[in-house]
Amino acid sequence: MSAPTTERSWTVRVREAGVGALPPEKLLPDSQPTYVASWIYIFGVASLASLAVIIGSGTILALKGPAWWHYTGVGHFFNSVHMWSVELFFFVMVVHLWGKYWMSAWRGGRARVWMTGAITFLVAVPCALTGYVSQQNFDAQWISTQAKDAMNSVGVGAFFNLTNFGQMYSYHVLLLPLAVVGLVVAHVLLVRRHGVVPPIELDRRVGS
Amino acid sequence: MSRLGRLLHGKDDTQPWKGRYAPYDLVKEACIAIGVIALLAIVLSVLFSSPDEKPSTIAQWSKQLPINFVTTAVSELDGKSGTAEYGPPYNHESASVQHFLFLHPQRWLGVSHPINTAGDYVIGPLETIPDDPALHSAIAEYESAPEKTQKGWTEAYATPLEEYATAEEERKPLPKTVSVNAATGMVSVQAGGTGPIPTLMSAELGLAKSGGLDGSLLTSNQFFQTDYTKPLLFMADGGLLEKRAEEQHLLGEQWGMMNETGSYPGQVWLWLYTLWYQVEPFKASASGDLLVMLMMGLLSAAFICVPFIPGVRSLPRKIPIYKLIWREHYRAISPRSRA
Repeated sequence: MSAPTTERSWTVRVREAGVGALPPEKLLPDSQPTYVASWIYIFGVASLASLAVIIGSGTILALKGPAWWHYTGVGHFFNSVHMWSVELFFFVMVVHLWGKYWMSAWRGGRARVWMTGAITFLVAVPCALTGYVSQQNFDAQWISTQAKDAMNSVGVGAFFNLTNFGQMYSYHVLLLPLAVVGLVVAHVLLVRRHGVVPPIELDRRVGS
Repeated sequence: MSRLGRLLHGKDDTQPWKGRYAPYDLVKEACIAIGVIALLAIVLSVLFSSPDEKPSTIAQWSKQLPINFVTTAVSELDGKSGTAEYGPPYNHESASVQHFLFLHPQRWLGVSHPINTAGDYVIGPLETIPDDPALHSAIAEYESAPEKTQKGWTEAYATPLEEYATAEEERKPLPKTVSVNAATGMVSVQAGGTGPIPTLMSAELGLAKSGGLDGSLLTSNQFFQTDYTKPLLFMADGGLLEKRAEEQHLLGEQWGMMNETGSYPGQVWLWLYTLWYQVEPFKASASGDLLVMLMMGLLSAAFICVPFIPGVRSLPRKIPIYKLIWREHYRAISPRSRA
């Protein structure tokens, strides 16, 4: 009996498309063009690192449950690490975005790289907001009752109810982080596929 | 390729890199970055910790601000509170329904979290109190009365309370028609034609002080529940949350949306969103929230589409910050360097 043909195999097609778009040496390069030499490049990897620390500290908080950090010192410490890593995440991400703007990093067919980065920032905002309203303290009470009006005004209050702790906790620990991580993966894969944007040539400054 | 595909992929106007490559260890860089950021977060945590102000309860509210509590409770019974007149998603009223031109998105998904303030906040919880014939007689009297009579009773009871609240806000001498018994903490309102309202409000205040109202407002069809919409909106109609928020600089005019308790940075990334609430026409508009959300939606779309917006996409070439970023590269390829 002959082996079944692989031409129509979905698995083979996905593998070939994946390896074609991102061969291993492109996915995990061991060299970079010499122009990749500036402090601004640090902020991209710092954004990813902050996200890793957010997920790590958030996982510990999730393992122990939402009330743990209120009555134990260790829990409060991990809550603090979670909060400060979020502050760092937004700070380094904003510097990264500004850096990429001034580098016109969308050049050379890289518009999707910029767009996935921008959408990641925008999705990270409600991800953080749902964390603030899931805290089960006075901040959560005040922020949820104040921010509900904006959500209700655009009609999303029907399925995104800031005063519903259970729903907000689900959004915060699963739905929105999933979206952020998915977008970040897409963003990084696009960067690896297109490579780091080269410098603007000095004799081609005019136009865009 | 489709038109959208061509737009997103764009023309590659960058020159293929023919210069040198330098060794680069991506995995090592990522590990070092995670270590540095984790260390930084730990140092900040050790130095500054994080805020955790205890939440307010209805019991605290009724004990600390009993007159404010009763004023709010009677407005819930009368259907005149912020929540009672709000509109979707809580009820079919319209006081808080916002619109832009002909658009009323707040109405599109209807009443998804129904709240009947008189039933949910006052009558329902009071009905759960056992062995109190006077109270149950008062409830029966109120419920069997015509709506006009009910309104007459609640308005007669609410008027001195509203006068008290106004005097308190304007820092004028407080009227003697409203008083609090220092020993029991119960509120007395001197007014005629109030029917069963004093009995209902006295029982409501007593239930709140005992903590029973906190539990009652969380009761639902199932044992476990996580939805705090009813108690939070009830408390938001009152004054305790606002009082605490003002002390912590969290009010709207204090850029409260992006702040948090204590001296912590809060959600600083919301600065642009919060900014609109401080300026006209957003500040004074009855549809301010909707206008701000539309403005932020527009700006967010522009932010995503920066690569396609003429002028915005060209600015980096005109303000040569890129020369600073790639100064090593430009120095290396300059004719002087080559010479």
